[in-house]
Amino acid sequence: MADNKNLDAIRAETARWAETVQKATSRWPERQETFESLSEVPIRRLYTPVDVPDLEYLKDLGYPGEYPFTRGVQPTMYRGRLWTMRQFSGFGTAEETNQRYKYLLENGQTGLSVAFHFPTLKGVNSDHPLARGEVGKCGVAIDSLRDMEVLFDGIPLDKVTTSMTVNHPAPVLLAMYLVVAEKQGVGWDQVGGTVQNDPLKEFFAQKSYVWPPRESVRLLVDTMEFCAENVPRWHPVSISGYHIREAGSTAQQELAFTLADGIAYVQAAVDRGLDVDRFAPHLSFFFDSHMDFFEEIGKFRAARRLWARIMKERFGAKNPKSLWMRFHTQTAGVSLTAQQPLNNIVRTAFEALAAVLGGTQSLHTNSFDEAEALPTEEAVTVALRTQQIIAHETGVASTIDPLAGSYFVEAMTDEMERAAEAYIRKIDELGGMVAAVEAGYPQNEIIRSSMEFQKAVEEGRKVIVGVNRYAREDEGSIPLLKIDDSVEKAQLARIADTKKNRDNDAVARCLDRVRDTARSGENLLPPIVEAVREYALLGEVCDALVDVFGAYQDPAVF
Amino acid sequence: MDYVAEALNGSQLAGARLIRLLEEGDPAGVEALKKLYPHTGNAFILGLTGPPGAGKSTLTDRIIAEFRSRDLKVGVVAIDPSSPFSGGAILGDRVRMQRHATDPGVFVRSMATRGHLGGLSRTTGEAVLVLDAMGYDVILIETVGVGQDEVEVVDLAHTTAVVALPGMGDDIQAMKAGILEIGDLFIVNKADKPGADDVVKQLTVMLEMRAGSADGWQPRVLKTVAVKGEGIADTVNAFLEHRAHLERTGALAERVAERELRFFRELVKEMAADLIFGSFQGSGAYADLVERLKARQVDPYSAAETLLAGFSCRAT
Amino acid sequence: MKQRKIRILIAKPGLDGHDRGAKVIAKFLQESGYEVIYTGLHQTPEQIVNAAVQEAVDAVGISVLSGSHNYVFTEVMRLMAEKGLGDVVVFGGGTIPEDDIPELKAAGVKALFRPGTPLEEVLRFMKENVG
Repeated sequence: MADNKNLDAIRAETARWAETVQKATSRWPERQETFESLSEVPIRRLYTPVDVPDLEYLKDLGYPGEYPFTRGVQPTMYRGRLWTMRQFSGFGTAEETNQRYKYLLENGQTGLSVAFHFPTLKGVNSDHPLARGEVGKCGVAIDSLRDMEVLFDGIPLDKVTTSMTVNHPAPVLLAMYLVVAEKQGVGWDQVGGTVQNDPLKEFFAQKSYVWPPRESVRLLVDTMEFCAENVPRWHPVSISGYHIREAGSTAQQELAFTLADGIAYVQAAVDRGLDVDRFAPHLSFFFDSHMDFFEEIGKFRAARRLWARIMKERFGAKNPKSLWMRFHTQTAGVSLTAQQPLNNIVRTAFEALAAVLGGTQSLHTNSFDEAEALPTEEAVTVALRTQQIIAHETGVASTIDPLAGSYFVEAMTDEMERAAEAYIRKIDELGGMVAAVEAGYPQNEIIRSSMEFQKAVEEGRKVIVGVNRYAREDEGSIPLLKIDDSVEKAQLARIADTKKNRDNDAVARCLDRVRDTARSGENLLPPIVEAVREYALLGEVCDALVDVFGAYQDPAVF
Repeated sequence: MDYVAEALNGSQLAGARLIRLLEEGDPAGVEALKKLYPHTGNAFILGLTGPPGAGKSTLTDRIIAEFRSRDLKVGVVAIDPSSPFSGGAILGDRVRMQRHATDPGVFVRSMATRGHLGGLSRTTGEAVLVLDAMGYDVILIETVGVGQDEVEVVDLAHTTAVVALPGMGDDIQAMKAGILEIGDLFIVNKADKPGADDVVKQLTVMLEMRAGSADGWQPRVLKTVAVKGEGIADTVNAFLEHRAHLERTGALAERVAERELRFFRELVKEMAADLIFGSFQGSGAYADLVERLKARQVDPYSAAETLLAGFSCRAT
Repeated sequence: MKQRKIRILIAKPGLDGHDRGAKVIAKFLQESGYEVIYTGLHQTPEQIVNAAVQEAVDAVGISVLSGSHNYVFTEVMRLMAEKGLGDVVVFGGGTIPEDDIPELKAAGVKALFRPGTPLEEVLRFMKENVG
C-alpha cells in the first residue's frame, strides 16, 4: 500500500508514538491487558500501513466485479440492486407456511426461503418414531409432493426465487419443487433458486446426515450435473459455513472448512468429467454473520478473494463467473439470548450491517424471539425492517465496499485469508475434506473451539450483555409462537390419505429404480423426480437410498 | 427390592443396581454376589481389545446384532478411561450400540477405569459375573483401547480378539510385545481401506513365528468392515469355533479354574490387608511405626515384619 | 468407605442434531469429576430410559432444541416411573420457553437450563440434588 521508504518512516514514527502511549498507560492502564477478536485473534492498539505492508491495490483488491472480487462480485453492487432480503421461514403445516410466505411477499420480501422441520431434514416421514413431538416444530412438515403443492399454492414459481435449506435429502425436495413448477405450467428453465445440498458439513456441524460422506458427495454431484443440463437458473448447492459457525467454530474455521467443502465438491465434479466453467458459476455460499463486526467483514472479503484464487489456481477456471463467490448471509442464531430478548434486535442489526458491508448477495435477519422459539409475525417484521432501514436510511448502500483501505479491515482480511489457507493445507495433507471428515478432523477442531469459547464466557473474559453482565432477575416474558400437536395429527392423516390415493405399484416400481440407479452409479435425479411425481413419500425415497448407501452414524467425538 | 431374586429373574434394573453396588465397593454387593455365584459359569465370555480408532465399538455393535440373530442374549461391559485429573469420565461406547437399547436381550454397561490399569476397571469381573448370573449367553468385554498393556482381559475372557486396522505398520511391530501374544483371534477392521491386506499378511507371518497355544489352537486372522457389517458372521463363527475348541480340549475348564484361583488369591491378599490394617485402627504403636517409616528410621521391610508380628500376637 | 462416584446420562432425543450444548455439558461434568454416559444423537425416550436403567445412573440430562420438549420430557418421565427409576433426577436444557417450564417441572423434571446458563449453576444444581 505504501512504498518501503514511507513504511520505514511510519515504523519509526509508530515506535516514537508507542513511547508516548507507554507513558500514558503506565499511569492509566488500558481496560484490558490484551484485546482479542471474538475468534481469539489478537487485536493491536492501532493499525497503520505497516500492518498491511504487502497489500497491493490492483492485485489484492482490484475492482468490484473483477478478479479477485475482494470488493464485491458485481460492478455496481447495491447501487445497482440491493441485496435480496430473504427471510428463512417455515413452521407447522404447509398451509400455515404458505400463508406466512404470502404475508412476507406482500411486505416487500423479495425471495422465499424454506425452513423444513427436522424429520424432513433427516429424510424421514412425520410418522417415524423419532419424529414424535417434532412435526412442524422447527420448520414446515413436507412428507410428499402433496405438501409441496400446498406450500407454493398461489405463488408463481417463475416470479419468485426460492431457497430450500435441506441437505442429504435435498435432491428429493428439489424434485418435488420441479414437479410443482411443472404443474403450474412453469418450465424448469424458468425456475430459479437454491437448494443447500451441502452434505459434508452435516457430519461436523448440523448433524442432519442420512448417508455416509462419499455417497453424499456423489448425490451432490448428481444434482450439479442434472441442474447444469435441465435447470440452468438453479443453484444446486449452497456451500455453508453458517452451521459450522453455529456449531461453535471460530470465524477462521468457518471460512476454511466451508472453502474446503467447496474444494471437495468441485474436485468431485471435475473427477466426474464435468466442465468446471459450466457448473462453477452456479455454486453459491452461505455464511454466518456474528458479533465481531470487523472480523466478520474481513471474513467476507477474504472469502471472495480466496475462493477466486482457488478456482483460478487450483482448478484452472477461466469463466469470470466461475471465480466469483456469491453468498447468502444469516445473522448469528447463537448470538441471540433468551435473556432480555429485545437486545437481540440490536445484535441482529449490527450483524446485518457487517454482512452488508461485507458485500452479501442476500440476507436473513434473525428475529429477536428466536432464542426460544420460531418467530412470531411481529418479530419477523422487525427483522425484515432492520434490513430495510440499513438499505434505505443508513446510506451504507450508496457506495461499494466503503471500508476498503482501512488499515484494520485490510489487516483483518489478510489474517483471515492466511488462517484459512493454513487449515486448507492441513486438510489437503489429510487427503481432502472427505478423508478429513472420516478421520474426525473438523469435528475435533470445532468441539475444541466451542469448549474454549464456553470457558471464556464462564470466566467473564467474553461479555454477553444481559447474560454474564448487566443480567437482571426480573425479566418480563415475550409472546412466543406456539405450534400445537394438531400439526402432527394433520400430517399423519395426510400421509395415510396419500398412501391410499396413489398408485402404490407405480411407487414401488419407482423406488426400485431409485435403488437400481444408486447401485449403477448413473444420475439419481431422474428416477427421484419420477418417484415423487407418483407421490412417493420423502422417507420412502430416502430409505431406498439408505438400502444401497447405508446409514451414517455419528461417532460422538469429544 | 430383592436385587438378587430380581436379577436372576432377568430384571435389568436390579442387575444394573447390583453392578453399581459392586463398583462402589459396597459390602451389600459382595453379599449379593455370593448368592448369584451358583448361577454363574454358563456364559461365553469374549474380550475385544485393540488400539484407539480401530472401531471396537462399531464392531461390538455388529457382533451383538449377529449373536441376537442367532437367538443368543448378549451382555456388554465397555470400559473407557477416567480422567487422571478430575476423576471424571465420558463413557461414549454406548453411542454405537444404542440401537440395541430397546432389545430386552441386550444389556450394555459402561464402566470407567477409575485409575485401574490393564485395560479394564477394577470391578469388570464382578460385572461379568452379574450378567452371567442373569442369563446372558454371551458377554462381550470391550477394553479401554488406549493401546498399551491391555492384557488383563485374557484373565476374564474365554476368547480374546485383538482388533487391528490398516495402516498400522510400525504399531503392529509394537503390538508384538504384548497384545499379539494374547489374541486367540485377530480382526483387521476397516478392511476396505488401503493397506488392509498388508496388515493381514504381517499378522499372519508374526503369528506363524509365535509358538502355538499350549492347547493347540492356531490363532486366526479375520477381515471385517464393521460399518457395513461385512465379515461379522465369519467373526462370530470363529468365536464359536474357538469356544468349541476350548471345550473339546478341556482348556476352558482349565482357564476358568486358573482364573478362579487367581481371583481367590487376590481376594485373600486384599481382605488380609484390610483385616490387618483394620486391627491397628487407632493403635499408638501403629502410628509410631508409620512415623518412623516416614522419617526413614525404619525400612519398609522391617516395618512390615514388625506389623505382622504384632498382628499375629493379637490374633492368637 | 470411599466416595461414591456419581453417574449421569446425557441424552439427545429426536431428530435435531444440535449437540453442542449436550457435549459442552458432558465435558464440563467430566471435568468436574462426574462419570458421564453419552447416548449420542437421535434417541427415542425409550432408548434413553433403557440406557438409564442399564447404566444405573443417578441423573439423566436431556438436551432439546427442536421444540419437542413437552413430548420428550413427559414421555421420559412416564417411562422412568414405569421402569422403577422414580429416584433418578431428570434435568434438561435447550431452547425451552419460560412458559413451558412450570408444566415440565410439575411432570417431575427437576431443573431446566435455558441458553446462557452459567455452567457453575449446573454444577451447583448437581451438588445440591445429586451429589
